[in-house]
Amino acid sequence: MYARFPKAVGNLPKLPTSRRGFLLGALATAAGLTVGFRLGGEASAQEKPAVHPFQPYIAIAPDGKVTIYSSQFEMGQGAYFGIATLVNEELGAEWSQITVEGAASNPSAYGNLALGGANQGTGGSSSMATSWERYRKAGAAMRLMLVEAAAREWDVPAAEITAGNGVLTHASGKTATYGEMAMKAADIAPPDEIPLKPASEWTQIGDASLKRYDSKMKTDGTAPYTIDLKLPGMMTAVMIHPPKFGATVEAFDATEAKALKGVVDVVQIPRGVAVVADNMWTAIKARDLVDVTWNEENAETRGTDEILAAFVEQSAAAPAHSARNDGDVSAAFAEAARTVEATFTFPYLCHAAMEPLNAAARMTDGVLEVWGGHQMPDLYQYIASEIAGVAPDKVKLNVMRTGGGFGRRGVMDADIVAEAVEVAKALNWAHPVKVQWTRENDMKGGRYRPAVVHAMKAALDADGNIIGWDNHIVSQSIAMGTVFESALVHDGVDWSSVEGANTIPYHIPNVNVGVTNMQSPVPILFWRAVGSTHTGYAVEAFMDEVAEAAGKDPVELRMELLENHPRHSAALALVAEKAGWGSPLAEGRFRGVAVVEAFGTVVAQIAEISLPSPDQVKVEKVVCAVDCGVAINPDQVVAQMEGGIGFGLGAILAEEITMTEGVVDQENYDTYTPLRIDQMPEIEVHIVPSEAAPTGVGEPGLPPIGPAVANAVFKATGKRVRTLPFSRGMAA
Amino acid sequence: MVSLTINGTVHEIDAEPDMPLLWAIRELVGLTGTKFGCGLAQCGACTVHLDGVPVRSCQTFVGDVEGAKITTIEGVDGNVAETVQAVWAEMDVPQCGYCQSGQIMSAVALLSENKNPTDDDIDAAMWGNLCRCATYQRIRGAIHETARRLEA
Ligand code: FES
Ligand code: FES
Repeated sequence: MYARFPKAVGNLPKLPTSRRGFLLGALATAAGLTVGFRLGGEASAQEKPAVHPFQPYIAIAPDGKVTIYSSQFEMGQGAYFGIATLVNEELGAEWSQITVEGAASNPSAYGNLALGGANQGTGGSSSMATSWERYRKAGAAMRLMLVEAAAREWDVPAAEITAGNGVLTHASGKTATYGEMAMKAADIAPPDEIPLKPASEWTQIGDASLKRYDSKMKTDGTAPYTIDLKLPGMMTAVMIHPPKFGATVEAFDATEAKALKGVVDVVQIPRGVAVVADNMWTAIKARDLVDVTWNEENAETRGTDEILAAFVEQSAAAPAHSARNDGDVSAAFAEAARTVEATFTFPYLCHAAMEPLNAAARMTDGVLEVWGGHQMPDLYQYIASEIAGVAPDKVKLNVMRTGGGFGRRGVMDADIVAEAVEVAKALNWAHPVKVQWTRENDMKGGRYRPAVVHAMKAALDADGNIIGWDNHIVSQSIAMGTVFESALVHDGVDWSSVEGANTIPYHIPNVNVGVTNMQSPVPILFWRAVGSTHTGYAVEAFMDEVAEAAGKDPVELRMELLENHPRHSAALALVAEKAGWGSPLAEGRFRGVAVVEAFGTVVAQIAEISLPSPDQVKVEKVVCAVDCGVAINPDQVVAQMEGGIGFGLGAILAEEITMTEGVVDQENYDTYTPLRIDQMPEIEVHIVPSEAAPTGVGEPGLPPIGPAVANAVFKATGKRVRTLPFSRGMAA
Repeated sequence: MVSLTINGTVHEIDAEPDMPLLWAIRELVGLTGTKFGCGLAQCGACTVHLDGVPVRSCQTFVGDVEGAKITTIEGVDGNVAETVQAVWAEMDVPQCGYCQSGQIMSAVALLSENKNPTDDDIDAAMWGNLCRCATYQRIRGAIHETARRLEA
C-alpha cells in the first residue's frame, strides 16, 4: 500500500510564509502564460520540474482570459471571489475576463498556511488568511512579467509602463492587452523580489461596491454543481445506509429492484448498499424494493434523551481532562459571597446544506477521476487511491463548487467520496458513477455537530466581582481517532470541544475549564463555527446570568472584564453605540448582547426581540460589529455576517437531530427546520476599521446570535433558556 | 411516452407518468438549473412555473402536466424576470447559489401578480423557498428593488 497519509494534518510547524508558496515559476503553453508554484524555486521558463508537475496559481491566455486556481474550496462563502480580489489587486486584469477554478493535488503549492501549511484544506475561516500573501504575490509577479515583456518588446524602460484594466500602456502611447503580451511574458523569469502595493494604493481590497464575479451564473441556472455533472455513460447511485449508527449489512435481497427497467446493479460497499440505475428517479424507486438485514451488534441503540441524560449526569462529576487552570478555583468558591450555577444542553445538529451530498468517480486507462466538493483534497486523494488500488498520482480530483457546505464536506473518512469510488469499483469501473444522496440520506447520515453539555459555575465576592469561573464540557471528541487527532487533541483535550471556553477573554483571577469525552458511534463533525457554536452560547449566556447576580449592566460588566482585549472591547463598544444600548425601546421589545471571538475574528451582536406568544420568540433586528482585520470584500463580510446570523438563529430556534432507540427521527426539512424568510431579522453590520492581516468571516458571525437572543429573552420573560433549541428550552 | 412543453419546446420523453417533473427536466431533458433539495415540497429549490404559476416540480408528476406550459430558470423571460435576475446579481444576493433558481422563479411569479409586495406578501410567497445560506435579507431587498424599478 502507499505511504500512510500524514497523520498530522495541519500539525506541521508554521512555515515562514514569505518563502514557502512564493517560489514562483512560469510556464509557456499553448494556453498562454502561467504563474505558479515551482518546487525548488529556480524559475527558468519552460523547463518542467522533475518531481512535481508545475502547479499554477494564475494563467492568462492569448485572448486575455485569466484563470485563477484556488487552493480554497468554494461552498458559497465567497472564497473564490476573495482570492480573485487579492490576485486582481496586484494584477490589474479586467474583472469580466476572470474565472476561478478549484485546484488540488499539490500541498506544496496549495497547503493551508494558516493551518500549518502541510496540507490543503478549507476550514477554520482561514481562506483569506492563507491566501493573503500567496495570491497577491502571484498576481504581482504576473503583472511584473507582463510589464517586462512589453518593455523588451517596445525597447523602453519597464518603469515607464503602466498596467491596469488588462492593458499595458507606455508613455509614448503604445498599448498592448495582457493577452497579447502573455506568450512573450512566459519567456521571462519571475522576479525574485515581488513588492506588494501599500494599503494606501489599494483599489480592489476594501471596495464595498465591488461585486462578486460569480453572481450572474447563480441567477440564470448555469452555475455547475456536482449534482449537475454529466459524463458519457454515467450512472446514478442512491444509498441505503444503516438505520442505526455502527450497524453493518448482514445480507440483502435486491431481486425485485434489479427487475426494474433502468436498474444496472445493486451492490454492497463498506458503508451500505448502493442502488445503481441509469437515472436518479429509477434508482430512488428501486431503492424502496431492496430488503436489507442489518447487523446491529455494535450499533448505537440509545435515544438522544438517554445520551444527553448521561452527559448531564457526567457534567456533575469532575472533568476527566483540564483545558485551563488559572489560580485556585476551589479557594475562590470557598470564599465566595455567592455563587451562580447553570447547566446548558445542546442537541446534535445537521449541516443540511441545500445540495445533498454527492460525488462522482470514473476510471479511465488507470487514472481515477473524482468530482466533488473536495474540502480536504490531499486526504481524499489518498483515500480514493487506497480504495481504487492505484497510486495517489493516478487520482485526479476535480473540485466542484457546492450548494453549501458548513463543514459537511470536510470529513475524515471522506464518506461521500469513498462511496463514489467504492460503487464505481464494485461495478468493475464499467461506468462513471455519481452517488447522489437524497435529503433523507443527508439528514440521517450522521456527521452532526456533537451534542454537548456545559456545567457552569461562577463565584462572586461581596462587591459582585467575579473571583472564580468553572466550566465542565461533556461531549464527544470530533478529532480523536481520526487523522486530526495529533493536530487537535492534546492531553485528552480536543481543541474543537473547548475553543471559546478555555479562551474566554474575560479577566477573572481563578478559572477552571475541563472536558470529559463521551463515547458513542454517532458520527460527528465540524459544523459551521465548530466549538464556538456551543461554547459561545454557554459562556455568553452565563455571563449574562452573572451580570444579573452582580447587579451590573451586561455591557458594562463585559467592558470591565475585557480590559486586556482591545479588539473585543472595541467591537462591543461599536455595537452598543450603533444599537443604542441603554436607550428606551418600543413597547414589547427587548435587547440582549453577546461578543465572541472565533478563528481570530471578533464579533459582537445586539439582538432586539419581541414575543408573539409567551413561549415563542421573534428576532426583529440584529446589530453586528465585526473585526476581521482588513475587510478584503466588505460587502461579502456583511453577507457572511447575515448568513452566519441566519444559520445560527435557525439552529437555536428549532433545529435538533434526535434519535429514538438509535434511529434518527428527522428525515427532511419538515421536521428539521432551518430558518425561513419570515424568521429573518433585519440585520445591520458594522465593520471595525483595521489594518491587521485578514482573519475570516465564514463562521464567526454565528456564535453570538444564540446568546444575544437568549439574553434578550431573559429581559422579556425572566427565563433563562438553557436547553437548546428554544422550541424546547422556552417551553421547559 | 409523455409529451412535455418546456420553455416553448415540446419534448417526447420516455417516462412513467409517476415520474416527478423535476427528474424529467433535469435528467431526461437535461436542463439542470432546476435543483433537487428535498423531494418533498419542503425547500423550493425545484420551483418551476406551470402556466405561470410556481409549483414544486419534485411533487408534480409528468403524467399530470401534459399540455401545460412549463417554464424553468433557463426559459424564464420578460421584463419582470430580467429585472429580477439583474437586481439579484447587482445586489449579490446568492452565496452558494443552489437555492437561487427556485428563489427567482418564486420571486418572478410574485412580482408578476403583485406589483408592490409588502414584507408580509414576500413572506407568504417566499416562505416555501429555503436558503440554507440565509440570504433572505437580500432576497427581500431585491424584491423591493425590482418592484421599484418596474414601477419606474
Ligand atoms: S426539491 Fe422540491 S421542494 Fe425541495
Ligand atoms: S444561496 Fe446557498 S442555499 Fe441559498
